[in-house]
Amino acid sequence: MRTRSSLLLILPAILIIGFFMMIPMCIALVYSFMTANAYGGVEAPATFDAYIQFLYQRDFDDTLVFVPDYIFIILRSIYLAVITTITCLILGLPVAWYIVCQNEQRRRLLLFLVTLPFWINTLIRTYCWILILRDEGLINNALRGIGVITQPLSLLYNDGSILLGLIYTFLPFMVLPIYSTLERIDPRLIEAAYDLYASRAAVFRRVVWPLAKPGALAGATLVFAPALGSFLAPDLLGGGKKLLIGSLIQMQFTSSRNWPFGAALSIAITAVILLVMMLRAWKAPAREIRA
Amino acid sequence: MSNSATSPVLASKPLTSRRVKPFDWRRTPGLPTFTLGILVFLYAPLLILVIYAFNASRMVTIWQGFSVQWFVAVANNGDIRGAAVNSLIIAVAATIGSTLIALAGALALERGNLRLLRGIAAGLVSMPLIVPEIVVAITTLVFFSALGMHYGLLNLIIAHTVFCIPFALLPMQARLRDMGGSLEEAGRDLYADEWRLFYRITLPLMAPAVGAGAIMAFVISLDDFLISMMVSSAGSTTLPVYVYGMMRLGVTPEVNAISTILLVISTIFVAVALFLGRRQKRPN
Repeated sequence: MRTRSSLLLILPAILIIGFFMMIPMCIALVYSFMTANAYGGVEAPATFDAYIQFLYQRDFDDTLVFVPDYIFIILRSIYLAVITTITCLILGLPVAWYIVCQNEQRRRLLLFLVTLPFWINTLIRTYCWILILRDEGLINNALRGIGVITQPLSLLYNDGSILLGLIYTFLPFMVLPIYSTLERIDPRLIEAAYDLYASRAAVFRRVVWPLAKPGALAGATLVFAPALGSFLAPDLLGGGKKLLIGSLIQMQFTSSRNWPFGAALSIAITAVILLVMMLRAWKAPAREIRA
Repeated sequence: MSNSATSPVLASKPLTSRRVKPFDWRRTPGLPTFTLGILVFLYAPLLILVIYAFNASRMVTIWQGFSVQWFVAVANNGDIRGAAVNSLIIAVAATIGSTLIALAGALALERGNLRLLRGIAAGLVSMPLIVPEIVVAITTLVFFSALGMHYGLLNLIIAHTVFCIPFALLPMQARLRDMGGSLEEAGRDLYADEWRLFYRITLPLMAPAVGAGAIMAFVISLDDFLISMMVSSAGSTTLPVYVYGMMRLGVTPEVNAISTILLVISTIFVAVALFLGRRQKRPN
């Protein structure tokens, strides 16, 4: 294909995503340096207030007081996203390995079963856990039914339930990339290791894991990024009381009407994710990322 | 007879099982159970939802017999029907738009000659997958408000088209890569021009992947909640946004019923798309 017709074909995609996604990001960057308008929206003059607000609050007499609330929310979001990523890795790696060990037909079936939840509405998948965890939910009803408890356990609206929702939502993101790297392992390497008297654990540590690492890294990025910005799990399973960055951003554009602060938070979260991606690109050779 | 009766232990445990195949790395003890547990973890909550949706009782968690009354109630709810129509209009328009854009893009990325631009283009089209949804949602909202665009459904169609492009693109790109270029080269050797090459060779070969991409885009658009919630205005509520509003008010049988409907629709469409997009061997 000639260069000119190739350019013509890629142009619509570049224009649409460039115009309706990259320019909005730039506008958000500009907005993050503006002053909040009480009715939603922004006005002049340009300030750093939105970024100062991460750490300080402006008092009545215009002095800055250190308020760590927002930093705590950001740190808690990162903490929950990291725990989610690690748990998904621990749960996803054995599953991916099991799928690789199956014959062609069972591989297809298992891959389908792991992929399907990825395409099912996150809203509905998160809501399912309300049915199970709430005071009149499945677990509490069952425990009351067999007489273990009289008062319902409060399983919902805490960090545990948020974490459960995040892991449930993002687990498929981890299994698939690990599977696709494990799939290409040469079985002879493992057999050679066994022949040289390596134990099961040694084979995993010295052969399988080094080869699975690029997939695990890709999976970790795919889980960490959306988990950090997630809205539904903290909103529905955290009851909206325990804020995470996702819900904090959303609030700035609805009830709090502080667009610059919301824009600044969005820029910060995007920067963190791009940083993680760049670290990955820098650590792993280009060949592994493309796979 | 007496022989088998005296040594049932020996008969049920042949000596060979451990000695002959000590290197079977394909079998890790405990792993089948673990995987089964993970699959139960993934699917049990969905199954519970579906079961509750058919519960006759208004007290969601107390079983009082099988009933489809909540599905009837959902079907008779005018607001839900309105939101469903909005969702369908947006999904169909976004699917058509994103599939065409992705088809052209896939051809350019896999068959074209983009030189230096290739890396930039590939990075750009994958942006909607990398940037968190909440950020896409609020930047789109800010953009529309900065431009003073308040066109209701059209705003949503544009937003959905953007984030559907990578999902439509992925199966097509994979298919073009798997196909290899040999048949197209053969056509070129027989003096077919680029357009003829496309609609006589490339398009028929990649048609299943185009179908798969379109269905993926449709499902992603139909299911989208966060971006729709931030961008939609009073008259352009989509179904997931409406359902979210119902969920905020509490657990009701109607929510279970409408959620089950959405669940079943996604499952059917995705099953078809995954079937169409399954990896095929190269023709040679």
